[in-house]
Amino acid sequence: MSATIERDGDIWVSSKTGTRWQVVCGLEVHAQLRTRTKLFCGCETSFGNPPNSRTCPVCTGQPGSLPVLNEDALALGVRAALAIGADVAPWSKFDRKNYFYCDIPKNYQISQFDRPYCTGGGIDLPSGKRIRLHRIHLEEDAGKAIHDRGTTTLVDLNRAGTPLIESVTEADVTTPEDAFEYLTALKEILIYAGASNANMEKGELRCDVNVSVHPAGEGWRTKVEVKNLNSFRNVAAALEHEVLRQIVDYESGDESRFPVQETRLWDADKLVTRSMRSKEAADDYRYFTEPDLPPLTVSESFLEQQRNMLPELPAARRSRYVRELGLSQYDAEVLTGDRAVADFFEAAARISGRPKEAANWISNEVLRALGDADFAATTIDELPLKPNDLAELIALIAEGTIHSAAGRKVMRAMLETGDAAKSVVERLGLEQVEDTGRLEEWCRAALDGKDAIIADVKDGKEKALGALIGPVMQASGGKANPQMVREILRRLILES
Amino acid sequence: MASSDEELVRRTAELARLSITADEAAHLAPQFARILEHFRTLSEVDLEGVEPTTGAFGLRDVFRADEPRESLSQDEALANAPERIEDFYSVPKTIGGDS
Amino acid sequence: MSVSFGGQPDAVALRDSLAAGEGSVKAVVEECLARIAEHNDRLGAFTRVEDERAHVRAAELDAKRDAGEPLGPLFGVPVAIKANLCWKGAVADCSSKLLANYRPPYDATVVRRLIDADAVIVGSTNMDEFAMGSSTENSAHGEAHNPWDETRTPGGSSGGSAVAVAAGMVPVALGSDTGGSVRQPAALCGLLGLKPTYGRVSRYGLIAFGSSLDAVSPFARTVRDVARTLEVISGACDRDSTCLPLPPYEAVQPADPSRLAGFRIGVPKQCFPPELDAGVRKCVEAALKELERIGCELVPIELPHAELAIPTYYVVATAEASSNLARYDGVSFGQRAGAHGTLQEMFAATREAGFGEEVKRRVLLGTYVLSAGYQDEWYGRAQRARTKILGDYQQAFEDVDLVVGPTSPCTAFRLGEKTADPIAMYQTDLLTVPASLAGLPAISVPCGTSEGLPVGLQLVAPAREDARVLRAAQAFELATDHHRALPPMLQGAGA
Repeated sequence: MSATIERDGDIWVSSKTGTRWQVVCGLEVHAQLRTRTKLFCGCETSFGNPPNSRTCPVCTGQPGSLPVLNEDALALGVRAALAIGADVAPWSKFDRKNYFYCDIPKNYQISQFDRPYCTGGGIDLPSGKRIRLHRIHLEEDAGKAIHDRGTTTLVDLNRAGTPLIESVTEADVTTPEDAFEYLTALKEILIYAGASNANMEKGELRCDVNVSVHPAGEGWRTKVEVKNLNSFRNVAAALEHEVLRQIVDYESGDESRFPVQETRLWDADKLVTRSMRSKEAADDYRYFTEPDLPPLTVSESFLEQQRNMLPELPAARRSRYVRELGLSQYDAEVLTGDRAVADFFEAAARISGRPKEAANWISNEVLRALGDADFAATTIDELPLKPNDLAELIALIAEGTIHSAAGRKVMRAMLETGDAAKSVVERLGLEQVEDTGRLEEWCRAALDGKDAIIADVKDGKEKALGALIGPVMQASGGKANPQMVREILRRLILES
Repeated sequence: MASSDEELVRRTAELARLSITADEAAHLAPQFARILEHFRTLSEVDLEGVEPTTGAFGLRDVFRADEPRESLSQDEALANAPERIEDFYSVPKTIGGDS
Repeated sequence: MSVSFGGQPDAVALRDSLAAGEGSVKAVVEECLARIAEHNDRLGAFTRVEDERAHVRAAELDAKRDAGEPLGPLFGVPVAIKANLCWKGAVADCSSKLLANYRPPYDATVVRRLIDADAVIVGSTNMDEFAMGSSTENSAHGEAHNPWDETRTPGGSSGGSAVAVAAGMVPVALGSDTGGSVRQPAALCGLLGLKPTYGRVSRYGLIAFGSSLDAVSPFARTVRDVARTLEVISGACDRDSTCLPLPPYEAVQPADPSRLAGFRIGVPKQCFPPELDAGVRKCVEAALKELERIGCELVPIELPHAELAIPTYYVVATAEASSNLARYDGVSFGQRAGAHGTLQEMFAATREAGFGEEVKRRVLLGTYVLSAGYQDEWYGRAQRARTKILGDYQQAFEDVDLVVGPTSPCTAFRLGEKTADPIAMYQTDLLTVPASLAGLPAISVPCGTSEGLPVGLQLVAPAREDARVLRAAQAFELATDHHRALPPMLQGAGA
């Protein structure tokens, strides 16, 4: 299939017909809000609890039950909206979306239809492209229906009623890369804003894709919805596959193959999208204003309050690191990849007064430790090393008490034991030796018999000195000050 | 005229998940039509520029704190289940999706 | 008056007598259950009598009294609750086959408050299925019979609760009023029936029919019993977002409860339509004269959009109902049918088997008026018409203190008389739906009989002025004898 269609930027060129196809794609992302309890009742939100152990009359839709809105859900939703630069509406309301299924206890979902709590906003992708947001609204999640255990479908309503925000982009996405970058950026923003943990594996982030294709210059065609995407990679792959499928089907000339408005599921094993079996004609959701919930207003002071709770967001942080702290773009990206890491870095940089060194240590030794089985820590907060410990280490090196190679030993020990830098240095006896007398002794010993190197250095080949530094360091048990060693070696050679 | 009323009743019944029989449809259709006809004053009145009333008269911003409340135990929750398998509600098998 | 509970004429007197140490809750409950046993099969008031629970509660309450503990405002009073109110562990089936044997895992707020007030709930009462009806003939348990004439309906949908009080089984019963479902049976059975301001009483645990209209509403024989019940059940509830954040209603005794001096009573000509029964008209006109006698000024007014009331009500109520009843699908509760088909087939089979004809009719109607292509024309317009009806009352209340007229266009009609024609049945709500749409407090008070059948007078006040309707009802009660009238089964039976 793909052999006949090639990408040219965001145009897909068919070698079969020469047609240049454009892609129109929007992403619908559901993110679970980081509240303790559900949207309309006091059941704790849960993951991995025994089935049907976190429910109540409200979230199971018992006769006579009524919803009451979780105030933190609104607050977190507003924070997410502000972080994305959306306009928060001065008032909004809830609506019922009516449809019948086994995981939606009331057979209607309380959502927001024509008056969502915010509209607009957008995300700038690293590629420079901007994906605009159409709207974000609050809604309750459905429960879980399990179809692959036994001869019946099993229903667990623990998740029913969990607070979600659904964000819908404008149809600005045109490539799988756009989709991947957008999701990555959105996730980062949601985590930074504290609105959602956005972990796709835990089902806290779900993405549906709406996509259509058309020959460049013509009007938009029928769009298809793709669901069941459980990773950013799969979103990109599904989008790519679906675009190709639609182009091939259109180019087949066979109208019965032309894409129809439908929902397709992504098959992550076979890497194809397939039509949902016997899907009925699109349900009429009969949206109407939820009579059990009064409207919501959002005041300026509430917005201000939520704005103040937002930390500096990743993009702004990155610019600041580059601009004010002199870090490279790459380093800034590494450090802001995780809010906790960025916070750690800033603290260490502030205490030590040496941002570049702090960045270096964190990007290398510290983050490496997180992937290392020896350290049993998956997040930076779990490490025994704290920002002031790192700052202390940086200071010791800057003062010359130890040199940077020794510093790595100290770091390792600090990561393992949580001991302070100074005590590790003492314990391991790593203070640099700067006593010129002793250094000279080791240098002379290293120079002994190295006539070729001596000749090279005299000739102007400074680099040859490098081969001697190692032996001196070894002889000194790693404590010699390498800069001084180099100076002494050069002096001794030139004097000889 | 009559058969399109019946068709309307049948389609509406499908939306409402009511599996009415052909006899019921034939019986309900004229009633439906009469009732809607009886309500025609609603279509005739001038409602230009009038805002809808949706209830909850005058109330707004009703919240609860994000504080946990005790959930039902599994047995309490499943007590009325027509079909229970282990700790789940059991329903006729569906292939993943809305069917 | 040959109605007595523990030798007392009403709930307040009973409570005071028991609190003073007279008699026992046990005896009161036994007396109550005996009356139910004697009359219920014939009258169809209760669909479930919870005698065991009642006995246990009576014993607890007697012990509480013996221990000298403080006693609640409805101490020892036997009460009935409509079968759409959730009482944990007891069956709440809304008189529907679909909810047969459904036991809610929680208490409705009003039920909890009754229990906390030391009332004794003796059972659940018959109703039109899911509160849809005006005669209690749409019940899976069979009809209820009006004690005034057992060949006639007690009205509906809270007919069972009305009969329970009218037949002297209990002094107080809770019903629910969505378009008149307590006021109309009250009128047809010679009782007081109060629909409080919408939101004055929590709906948490009231099985929903029309969310923006439903109101838990008490029946009683005396105004002070109605007031006492309202005090107990009303007030803010943190599980109902439409419940007004007000403290519970507090009865305030006016300086002269028998006078309504200076009260302006609005009498809309739309409340006296051509189809109004002549006998009802006569009673109501006499009652209006009574109001004049006690100091009111009668003021002719208009409710210009009255003819929109029935269509507006039926469109809004059925729309909300179609959505509220969607949950009855056999998945996690209720009587499942069609378990051998697909999921969607099971839904349809369950609802087909479980819902009666009127419920199906209203669910269909409600689904239709919300459906794509029709919603603007029907539901959209109905919501706007509702605003107009609200406006009529707002305008009226700028000039008058109460709006008064007959509660029902007819007296109790015969069983089977209106069942063939849904529209005829809907029209019986003509005079009660406007106050429901406007969310206003409205009470029906007995104002005489016509050919041996009770007639009710409806008093409507502005929103949150529940005190005003109760005050007017009390003045009327003091000035007249109509509330003393009893059905034949209670006459001459001795105190």
